[in-house]
Amino acid sequence: MKKLTLILLAVLFVTGAYAQDKKKSYGKIPSVDVKTPGGETFNTANISNDGNPIILSFWATWCKPCIKEMTSIADVYDDWVDETGVKLIAVSIDDARATAKVMPLVNGKGWDYEVLLDANGDFKRAMNVNLIPHTFVVDGDGEIVWQHTSFSEGAEMELIEVVKKVKAGEDISEQE
Amino acid sequence: MQTKKSIILKKITVIRFLYLFVFIAILPVLTQAQDILGGQVRGNFQVDVQTYEPNSQIGITKEDINGEKVGMNGFGNFIYTNKNFTAGLRFESYLKPLVGFDPAYEGTGIPYWFASYKKDKFEITVGNFYDQFGNGLIFRAYEEWTLGYDNSVNGIRVKFNPFKGVALKGIYGVQRYYWVKYKDSDRGIVKGADAEFFLNDIFKAWKNNKTKIILGGGFMSKYQKDDPFFKYKLPENVTAFSGRFNISRGRVNFLGEYAYKINDPSAINNIIYKEGQALFISGSYSKKGLGITLGAKWIDNMSFKSDRFETGNALDLSFLPPLTKTHSYSLEAMYPYGTQPNGEMAVNAQVVYTIPKKSKIGGRYGTTLEFNFTRVNAIDKKALNDTTPIGAEGTKGYTSAFLKFGDLKYFEDWNIEITKKISKKWKMILAYTYLNYNFDVIEEEIESDHNIYKVHVGVADVTYKFDSKNALRLELQYMETRQDSGNWAAALIEYTIAPKWFFSVRDEFNFNNPQSNNTYHYYSAAFGYTSGPNRIQLSYGLQREGILCVGGICRKVPAASGLTLTIFSSF
Repeated sequence: MKKLTLILLAVLFVTGAYAQDKKKSYGKIPSVDVKTPGGETFNTANISNDGNPIILSFWATWCKPCIKEMTSIADVYDDWVDETGVKLIAVSIDDARATAKVMPLVNGKGWDYEVLLDANGDFKRAMNVNLIPHTFVVDGDGEIVWQHTSFSEGAEMELIEVVKKVKAGEDISEQE
Repeated sequence: MQTKKSIILKKITVIRFLYLFVFIAILPVLTQAQDILGGQVRGNFQVDVQTYEPNSQIGITKEDINGEKVGMNGFGNFIYTNKNFTAGLRFESYLKPLVGFDPAYEGTGIPYWFASYKKDKFEITVGNFYDQFGNGLIFRAYEEWTLGYDNSVNGIRVKFNPFKGVALKGIYGVQRYYWVKYKDSDRGIVKGADAEFFLNDIFKAWKNNKTKIILGGGFMSKYQKDDPFFKYKLPENVTAFSGRFNISRGRVNFLGEYAYKINDPSAINNIIYKEGQALFISGSYSKKGLGITLGAKWIDNMSFKSDRFETGNALDLSFLPPLTKTHSYSLEAMYPYGTQPNGEMAVNAQVVYTIPKKSKIGGRYGTTLEFNFTRVNAIDKKALNDTTPIGAEGTKGYTSAFLKFGDLKYFEDWNIEITKKISKKWKMILAYTYLNYNFDVIEEEIESDHNIYKVHVGVADVTYKFDSKNALRLELQYMETRQDSGNWAAALIEYTIAPKWFFSVRDEFNFNNPQSNNTYHYYSAAFGYTSGPNRIQLSYGLQREGILCVGGICRKVPAASGLTLTIFSSF
């Protein structure tokens, strides 16, 4: 019994140390087929931004907090792009009911984001998104390094802090 | 007997809390992706627990909870990826299912698992999968956890891209039906194939053409044995076909899909031997600051399920999207519309316009106006002859005129919404909605115009930011109607400390109810804590079934009376 406890403790210690030692990452963006607003098939493994960070934001036309988040970011987006080279990709999980309305809404709101259509939720499932809004930050190497669910006023400040640190290659393990 | 039952109940309760405990205990371990054998495991889980007290006001009866005071829905999802190989499974537990979910979900198990391998031009998946052909008119398999919907296909899927611009796929399997095994049921076997061609990639001369054209098409077929004891002979093989296009050029996009299904007598269409048809078209124009979408849809006898006698929310092959707007505020969403698979003609228009920043009307930050209109009518059905009523069982049903409006109104929705940031501290959304809701058609399946609800809803959603982290949001809603349960009003106050905390209290109340002199209140309070992708949320009070957006998250919620705990995480 004592031996077992010792072994368990050792295992815990090793895994704990290992986990701490490792750079925080949720892996690469999985390979899933989604659509561009023009209807072309696009594989998500090809998402890139010339070595700059990427914000992946899962949203839908019916999700008010999502729209508030994207509107808040839109106010400061030009500055973010200038400072960090970041690109925001707005992944709509609207199904066929509203896919045709996504781009007119994005344009009508005056957002400058890239848009992908995940009408059957395949990308959402592969990214393990529970509820929206759900936002990911991807570093220049294509590693998903940060994620956050829900939006509250001012949360966009936290997001840009993360993006700046990721751009500078700094540790973001304290950022939640 | 009694004691035995209570012991079992106690055991179930203990097991339930053990599960919950395990979920919470493994949370910190799982919040980092795990490396295993050179591959990586990622996943997510969610647990919803509710305690119940019977409450006739929101339709939770003693029978609903059946002596059970607690309901729990939970799932854990794990995906293992190693280069070209992916495998995954989802564990689900409903002990017992929350009120509002189909009782057939009661149980625990792994209803979803798959393994998939992708190499060059091929991808093969065995096990369960989700997919759709085009817009889904003849096939869509998907899941919506918060609605308790899952019609995944268990079988094999192959995708093949022989050259650039051509995508082929084929599927073969049986659909999920709660926990019922295929061999213990009558449901049919489904098979289908779909092809999609991106012409600009296929023809070199078109490569740099600004006009992009995509064409696609496919078929979906089900095989279900005839029932020798049934009074009519039933077709064992039913096939549906569809063709679609998507043309875009700069600011303009135009898409459409047409589907045709051979005769498919079913419990939904009252056993008529008529073919089915559907047409879905949409056009849009958009540029920065302006977006216009126009859509139309015509559905005729297009219910398509892998079991002809299934009438519930399961085993669907076709997905017939409603054209109506999905409302986000609870009172606007009180009378939602669902597509009538036996026939409807719908048109929709949406305009989004932003009055530019720093203009006289637009103000310093600009103002966005959204306008939405939807109208749904019956289709034009004519009796086959003088002696056979429309839709008579065992006949060819009726004849219908393609793309023609019938006289009976099913639904109408006028909606305008203004979004404005007034200053650095103040933001607001104002909305007005006018609905016509044909209760007889939508809820009772009776073709009549005796109960068309006329509903007005006004919404004001105002946010005040104290500083970069603290904000207060006030949401006021008012609904007026002389039909159904009369007038409603709702108030919500929400305090958020970004990005982690929220606290809210709300009251929704019903007054001027034609059937009662009482005013009914639905009070509830909630708070939540979010850390990255992890969230825990607790609420207490009465909750109507419907859409709920609090604490920066939107979800469809079941009716609740008591305590509701939600925990979810991704890793």
